[in-house]
Amino acid sequence: MTNLFGIIGEMMQYGFMQRAIIVGVLIAICGSMLGIFLVLKKFSMIGDGLAHVSFATVAIALLLNTSPLFISIPVVITASLFILKLNEKANLHGDAAIGLVSSFSVALGILITSVSQGFNVDLFSFLFGSILVISQMDVILSLILAVIVVLTVILYYNDLFAITHDEAFASVMGINTKYMNALIATLTAITIVLGIRVVGTMLISSMIIFPTVTALQISKSFKSTIVLSTVISVTAVLIGVVGSYALNLPSGASIVMVNALLFVLAFGFKRIR
Amino acid sequence: MLNKQIEVKNISVKYGNHIVLDRVSFEIIKGDYIGLVGANGSGKTSLVKAMLGLIQLESGSVIYQNPNIKKGYLPQIALTSDRLFPAEVKEIVGIGLLSKKKRPKIITKADKVKIDDILIRLNILDLKHKRIGDLSGGQQQRVLLARAMVNKPELLIMDEPTSALDPRVREDFYKLIQEINTTDGTTVILVSHDLGSVQKYARKMLVLDREVVFFDAVDKFATSLGHDHFHLEAANPHD
Repeated sequence: MTNLFGIIGEMMQYGFMQRAIIVGVLIAICGSMLGIFLVLKKFSMIGDGLAHVSFATVAIALLLNTSPLFISIPVVITASLFILKLNEKANLHGDAAIGLVSSFSVALGILITSVSQGFNVDLFSFLFGSILVISQMDVILSLILAVIVVLTVILYYNDLFAITHDEAFASVMGINTKYMNALIATLTAITIVLGIRVVGTMLISSMIIFPTVTALQISKSFKSTIVLSTVISVTAVLIGVVGSYALNLPSGASIVMVNALLFVLAFGFKRIR
Repeated sequence: MLNKQIEVKNISVKYGNHIVLDRVSFEIIKGDYIGLVGANGSGKTSLVKAMLGLIQLESGSVIYQNPNIKKGYLPQIALTSDRLFPAEVKEIVGIGLLSKKKRPKIITKADKVKIDDILIRLNILDLKHKRIGDLSGGQQQRVLLARAMVNKPELLIMDEPTSALDPRVREDFYKLIQEINTTDGTTVILVSHDLGSVQKYARKMLVLDREVVFFDAVDKFATSLGHDHFHLEAANPHD
């Protein structure tokens, strides 16, 4: 135990580790709070799709030698709304709409990368996450995002709950379902863009899906699922980042492995209960 | 003078180039109990969705005498049934109280009393803290009816509410709807394939085949259309 505190104390002396912990925890809160609405509406793979869009925007930003955030945030938000529109207007199921946007974006990212050689190392850090690239700006943006997400879930809780359970009935109750869906998609898009710094494009959707699915194994009510998934997600980030530092492992993959372990424990607990 | 509550005026609905409702018109009087029947693809669900404002009209209009009328809606159970959904019965029923509430739309103590009252009335108070996904089809249907009824709607629209129920539970369900109609004066529109029960419990029947084929008192149905139509429907009760 003394050794663990020693590792944490040593780790926290580094600015980049402090930023990684703060951004990781804030993204964990956002991802898990939004996750329940996406998972239960069978839109959980939107995280994966938007992460692939993010990959393309990072490639464009590196090509233009500019900060990825300024390109990624507006483009990924637009892509999230486009996926909703495809789902609604083009008579496509959510997974197919996500698949279209996702594969197009990856192809675009690969083409840009192959045309302009020289930034493969930078791109690699976005693909698999690198806590070294987390900036002060990421910390500020993550903090603002977390405040907005928490306030949105509190203020719109019953509306979100209603549209997640039954969109048609929610509409009869006078809830603007299109607006609520767009709100969730937009917040998810920003969470993805900021979250890929920590766990990478390949793994960011796990921060949306894993905590919710784990919490669903043991929670009975909607509120308790949100609270429990948030606790699970923050725990996974803390253990994952500390573990990755102590064992010299990639942080993103470590966070996902902790999440997977927590899921197995929750699943086992449900079986024996 | 009869108290007209809703006027459906010449409405048409299209999905792509496919016309699902073609210039449908009828009027609903306050306290009506209308059985809405028709073959598959006749436009029943589209009609109730159009009345509830859930789909766009190609033409025509649905006019409510009171635009702020309180509506209750009971969709087909298959559309809302998700065994994994993490919500207790009281949470689901509470959704029915959200209309007209101001943000953050908190469920108050008075609301909790209303939830208890409707659960008692529908004889499902013992399910209050149960997870919705753990309930049987019949129990889930009662919970969704409680959700539709908790705000004391003036109009209750149900889309094939008994399709997942066994015959005994189905009969109880119809009796309950009849009681709601007669005791509370709630206008009821019931979409159903179960012609026998519609004839037994509803007071009016609307037969739809993209357009209105018949709309009048139930007892005039057999004499007006003969039995051929009835047999066609009854032969395929769950199509």
